Amino acid sequence: MKKRNVKVRKFGLYFLLLVGALISLFPFYWSAIGATNESGSMFTKPPTLIPGNQLLENMSNLNEQIGIGRVMFNSLFISITYTIIALFVCSMASYAFAKFKFKGRDIIFTIFLLSMMVPYHATIIPLFKMMASWGWLNQYQAVILPNIAYPFAIFLMRQNMLAFPTALIEASRIDGASEWKIFYKVVLPSMKPALAATAIFLFMYQWNSFLWPLIALSSTDMYTFPVALSSLFGLSRIDYGQVMTGVTLATVPIIIFFLSLQRYFISGMLGSALKE
Amino acid sequence: MKNKAYVPYFFIAPAVILFSVFMLYPILYSFVMSFQTSVGGIMEFNGIENYKRLFSDEIFLKALKNTFILLIIQVPIMIFLALVLANLLNSSILKFKGLFRVTFFLPAVTSLVAYSIIFSIMLMNDGVINQVLMSLGFGAIPWLSDPFWAKASLVLAITWRWCGYNMIIFLAALQNIPDQLYEAADIDGASRFRQFFSITIPQLKPVILFSAVLSTIGTLQLFDEPYTLTEGGPSDETLTIGMYLYQTGFRYFDFGYASTIAYVIVILVAIMTYFQFKIAGDSE
Repeated sequence: MKKRNVKVRKFGLYFLLLVGALISLFPFYWSAIGATNESGSMFTKPPTLIPGNQLLENMSNLNEQIGIGRVMFNSLFISITYTIIALFVCSMASYAFAKFKFKGRDIIFTIFLLSMMVPYHATIIPLFKMMASWGWLNQYQAVILPNIAYPFAIFLMRQNMLAFPTALIEASRIDGASEWKIFYKVVLPSMKPALAATAIFLFMYQWNSFLWPLIALSSTDMYTFPVALSSLFGLSRIDYGQVMTGVTLATVPIIIFFLSLQRYFISGMLGSALKE
Repeated sequence: MKNKAYVPYFFIAPAVILFSVFMLYPILYSFVMSFQTSVGGIMEFNGIENYKRLFSDEIFLKALKNTFILLIIQVPIMIFLALVLANLLNSSILKFKGLFRVTFFLPAVTSLVAYSIIFSIMLMNDGVINQVLMSLGFGAIPWLSDPFWAKASLVLAITWRWCGYNMIIFLAALQNIPDQLYEAADIDGASRFRQFFSITIPQLKPVILFSAVLSTIGTLQLFDEPYTLTEGGPSDETLTIGMYLYQTGFRYFDFGYASTIAYVIVILVAIMTYFQFKIAGDSE
């Protein structure tokens, strides 16, 4: 009796999870199928669920419309540069917050944390005016610089830095290592999982960012994927095959990036949630 | 060693400088601007006129109402679903946990614009979702053209995007609940269902609060989805405060009033967060 009960429960469990997985994955599958078919195929009855042979056609149409290479370059360049600088700046700050006692530390850290509660919208208008007065609008630095000091990234890195043994830092100090060397050669190398988790977080944020790039970038040759896709979808005559190709191209890199580092990301997220 | 007091300041300097210039200063400056209006291209103070204007601005009030409807409906549904999923994934008899975890998290990786476009195409009148509904014998649903269904579309899409993200947070917390609690409940003959409501949810309360606060902040700022999926329509029925702020600031270039709207969001976040903490604290 008990054994049968377990079987029924097992069946129910897998059934629910498989339905959930189907719902999670279907939109990805659907957009990939859409990218290989012509515009009308997304509205056929019954629905078209198998790949077609229109991918190259869609790619070349899309390329004419938004310049795939250029958009891909803009998105990659902005996201990678941003991730590297932000990772560096945030881990430096989190190291000081975690491993030093200094005047003003708690106040500054609290201000960083509180700013996470402030909606991004409260900054965009002054940012826009600032960038305009410096002549930075429609340039890469306008999108890269504003969120380098990302409070959540500092928080995430600090949580991990706290666990680093202070004795090791002190031993290096006695050995005569410079403070910078201790940070760069002793502490950072042991932070690889945390760095990977934070990197995914930062990269995802910048790759998917929309509102600020929409405001700051005005010419099509500077557009990132979200802005380019949005402009494509706003046209009066929409070629859906083309749009789905764009959506798929914008999604594939971030999924590859995520899957290759997901082990760290999920444990990094789990780690920070555990300490909440 | 002690005389190297400057060392920590050296480490925080880049972050503090960038944060001050690109975050702190804009936050304070937009507060000042929320009391200003443009007179012939020059910003001049006009007291609390902007704030008064809000109360007679019908489009703003509509955006406020829409945002709250979305908030009240979407956040509880999503948190409940995320809790259920986390609970299922935590089951001791389940295999392929890692695979399921990644699968459910995957939507949270995609760009808001990209998934909004996919949903928009799926939800069109002759789109795949209506095709499926019709082949099952249901009628087609006017997803994007009816005021009620347009909101439902947003709820559906946002839940798809964020459910797995919250699930991961809950899953982490679930692993911290001592097994003895469930074992004791088993001995007492409590059903799984009962255990979920009497052990799991109370134990997870701080994390649920954390998720609820984050989701509330996110919903109050909602922009990408309504901008792409429903374009605020039909007739402003899915216009959110975030979208209205964008229109005011960057379509009509009324920076003063747009800053006022931004501060309404700031104030709402503060109030909602306060109440969420209060409710969670009281029942303890």
